[in-house]
Amino acid sequence: MVGHGMTGMLGEDGIHVDMNHLKKGEVNMAINFKDGVILGADSRTTTGAYIANRVTDKLTQVHDTIWCCRSGSAADTQAVADIVSYHLNMYSITNNEAPSTQVAAALFQELCYENKDMLSAGIIIAGYDPRHGGQVYSIPLGGSLHKQSYSIGGSGSTYIYGYCDANWKENMTEEEGVQFVRSALQEAIKWDGSSGGVIRMVVLTAKGAQRHLYLPDTGYTGPGVTN
Amino acid sequence: MTSIGTGYDLSNSVFSPDGRNFQVEYAVKAVENGGTAVGIRCKDGVVLAVEKIISSKLLKPGANKRIATVDRHVGIVSAGLVPDGRHFVSRARDEASSWRNVYKGPIPVSALSNRLGSYVQAYTLYSSVRPFGVTAIIGGWDSEAELAVDGQVGSGPKAGSGGKVEGAKAGGPGLYMIEPSGLYWGYYGAATGKGRQAAKAELEKLDLSAGNLSLIDGVKEAARIVYVAHEDSKDKDFELEMTWISSLDGPTQGRHEEVPKELLEEAERAAKAALEGDDDEDDAAKGDAIDNERMQE
Repeated sequence: MVGHGMTGMLGEDGIHVDMNHLKKGEVNMAINFKDGVILGADSRTTTGAYIANRVTDKLTQVHDTIWCCRSGSAADTQAVADIVSYHLNMYSITNNEAPSTQVAAALFQELCYENKDMLSAGIIIAGYDPRHGGQVYSIPLGGSLHKQSYSIGGSGSTYIYGYCDANWKENMTEEEGVQFVRSALQEAIKWDGSSGGVIRMVVLTAKGAQRHLYLPDTGYTGPGVTN
Repeated sequence: MTSIGTGYDLSNSVFSPDGRNFQVEYAVKAVENGGTAVGIRCKDGVVLAVEKIISSKLLKPGANKRIATVDRHVGIVSAGLVPDGRHFVSRARDEASSWRNVYKGPIPVSALSNRLGSYVQAYTLYSSVRPFGVTAIIGGWDSEAELAVDGQVGSGPKAGSGGKVEGAKAGGPGLYMIEPSGLYWGYYGAATGKGRQAAKAELEKLDLSAGNLSLIDGVKEAARIVYVAHEDSKDKDFELEMTWISSLDGPTQGRHEEVPKELLEEAERAAKAALEGDDDEDDAAKGDAIDNERMQE
């Protein structure tokens, strides 16, 4: 059997990938903490059983301190994030001020709701602005909008609902927040077959955006901050 | 006017050799005949007022409003051709609602003024249209509170969002005036229409840039200024129409509303008293009379 034309299947040669069904975002999350927000995600992109990319960056910047975690179809979520990014840039130019996280969330929701029949996209938006501080919004499949203190998404997230609920604290320090995200994602990667690779994080505060990276060969303990 | 008869004043979109658009200047003339409209930007709100000339005794008093609500937090008053003003307001409402559709929140007064400025300007470019025969005053209050996304579910962490900059000020009063050319500026106090010169002179005395005038005092000043501006056309009867937008903890809670009847009547009484004092007393005495009025609140 040749996989072409079949959904999410690999070709017989094990190389040809059905690009229409590149799935990713198998686990990702964003949390509020004392000084802002932290986003985190694994790095696995799959087509059926094939790992199309093991070092994917699912944390996407749409403005200076507004980022999102993309899960679902890689193509769909990239397209949506690109459109939102364009609108936020236009917003900051025409209104002479940076957009709030609310504006970004509203734009994401409009796109996800109006095009729900065509999209397979679950997006978590996290942003920091001086007026509102850090905020986390989640937009699941139908295009509803939820403001949350923390949010988890992707197939791997089902494995860590209990973990997160048991370990979540409000007003964590940055160190505690990073530790919470890191260990939750590590747990999801352990149990979920379609999550894996490295753990990427972005910390958003008044100081701007800071990236973290945690590698599997060190048990996800380092190297940590990368910029 | 020496330019009349040269042909350059007949069409929109045609400059005269010295760089003027006469159609726009004629539109300004239409504005200069309209009832005086005034806007005052106070520390805790904005007042809009207009002198509504009674053109017929058959018109119902208090009906046929001239100040329109554009969105919950914005009002517009204009001087000049009333139907042009209505079309302008209609466009303003479309802009406010389109902003809500996209951004799921109220349009900032500055952004609304910017869009309306562009709209009015476009009517100076084409020979198929004429410029707006109105100068409009846009007043509003941008919420100082944190706004939710319209329709969102949930409210985030109980402890509140972390990392806020303490004491950072947001929102506040906004007052803009757009002319037939599309030119617009933000103002502390704005006046247009027939009595604009007298009104501007009075507004300048208020030292609005200091930011000390309260909304309640602003209402009384606006009423008085409209009455002062009416002095030159005393032969015509007029109605005073006034609206206001206060801060969230003020009387209108950030909404554009009519000034309540009792306050409006009180302000009118004070305005008339101030004018009478003006007639038969010297300036120092008039100052006292106004101070007494202020002390009563």
